Amino acid sequence: MTAVIEVRGLTKRYRDAVAVDDVSFSIERDTIYGLLGRNGAGKTTVMSILTAQNFATSGDVRVFGEHPYENARVLSRMCFVRESQKYPDDATATHALGAARLFFPNWSQELADRLVDDFQLPMRRRIKKLSRGQLSAVGVIIGLASRAEVTFFDEPYLGLDAVARQLFYDRLLQDYTEHPRTVILSSHLIDEVSNLIERVLVIDRGRIIMNEDTDSVRDRAATIVGDSAAVDAFVAGREVLHRESLGRVASVTILGALTHEDRERLAAADLDVAPVSLQQLIVRTTQSADGAASEKGASR
Amino acid sequence: MIEEGRPLFLQIAESVEDSIVDGSLAEESQAPSTNELAAFHRINPATAAKGITMLVDKGVLYKRRGIGMFVAEGARARLMAERRASFADRYVEPLLAEARKLGLGPDDLGALIRERASASSAQNERNAR
Repeated sequence: MTAVIEVRGLTKRYRDAVAVDDVSFSIERDTIYGLLGRNGAGKTTVMSILTAQNFATSGDVRVFGEHPYENARVLSRMCFVRESQKYPDDATATHALGAARLFFPNWSQELADRLVDDFQLPMRRRIKKLSRGQLSAVGVIIGLASRAEVTFFDEPYLGLDAVARQLFYDRLLQDYTEHPRTVILSSHLIDEVSNLIERVLVIDRGRIIMNEDTDSVRDRAATIVGDSAAVDAFVAGREVLHRESLGRVASVTILGALTHEDRERLAAADLDVAPVSLQQLIVRTTQSADGAASEKGASR
Repeated sequence: MIEEGRPLFLQIAESVEDSIVDGSLAEESQAPSTNELAAFHRINPATAAKGITMLVDKGVLYKRRGIGMFVAEGARARLMAERRASFADRYVEPLLAEARKLGLGPDDLGALIRERASASSAQNERNAR
């Protein structure tokens, strides 16, 4: 595997707030990443710095082996679809797509036309007048049709209904299969994207707390349900992520894959095992944020 | 169809194995490609590829260069043997555990199984007519 992005010791400080705290990671070529985390965790800040739309306080960022700042060689190979992209007042979708076509060397007009059709995007109306969903569609279309070697989608689904979101996921997978590239998808709808993403990158309070194959995370945690004394006996010495109880019944989520022996012990003790979805796992591991997640404004 | 809490590539591999065991995917016939599996299950192609690779390593599928993946000869018999070996663990154990809770002994279970089996075979015969 080769890395297209390498980040070392990246820190971003806004006056007193630390939005990104000394993070190091790399992004592999031709892989779909899920960039997950709570509001204010630092997702948008990291993406802005990688695409040279924001400055790092310290640390080193390399994209395709080069510094991205004012570097046209690097920037034309990247596309950043922002959640709140601003367009000129008079611009229509025709203008936005026309500009993107000039900028991105791998632009596919055929794909863009098809997506405009799929999303039924009004091309001549001013973007200012579009609905939130239609505005998101403009970003999604540019992000997919640019076929940039590295594409960032920052919560691209705002205002899109379930049908339109599924359309986005389907088109993304389809085009990625035919034209592999690196995609970094930031999302709160973790369950919706968990089957699309090959790697999961979780950021919590400015730090990367998980950077792994999605599949290897899927059996990482389990919830044990049953008589609370028996549950307690089983979970003793294990890392407990969450605990709930109702009368004599306890439900405890533990970290660590269950072995065959564990399963036999559970069956013998008459305990049930419930799977933990990626979304639940991430909620549980980032929940201990102690209210530190209210810095959304500071991270922009 | 996709369950939470279990690696996806395993589930993809099992879905292909299911088709081989039930005969809908015959030996020496072409198996679905990585991209077909990814599109059908709406999953990342890399994950589907991992499932296929696992089946190749297991000798269930083999690659014909430039054409695609095919089901190996003898794959069905081997998968059936493998599933029979785990049948007791996967199905009989939980059945016994639940029966114990309800106070049903092995003889009661035997009677129940024979009763159900003859009812469903009678049903099948009627449907076949």
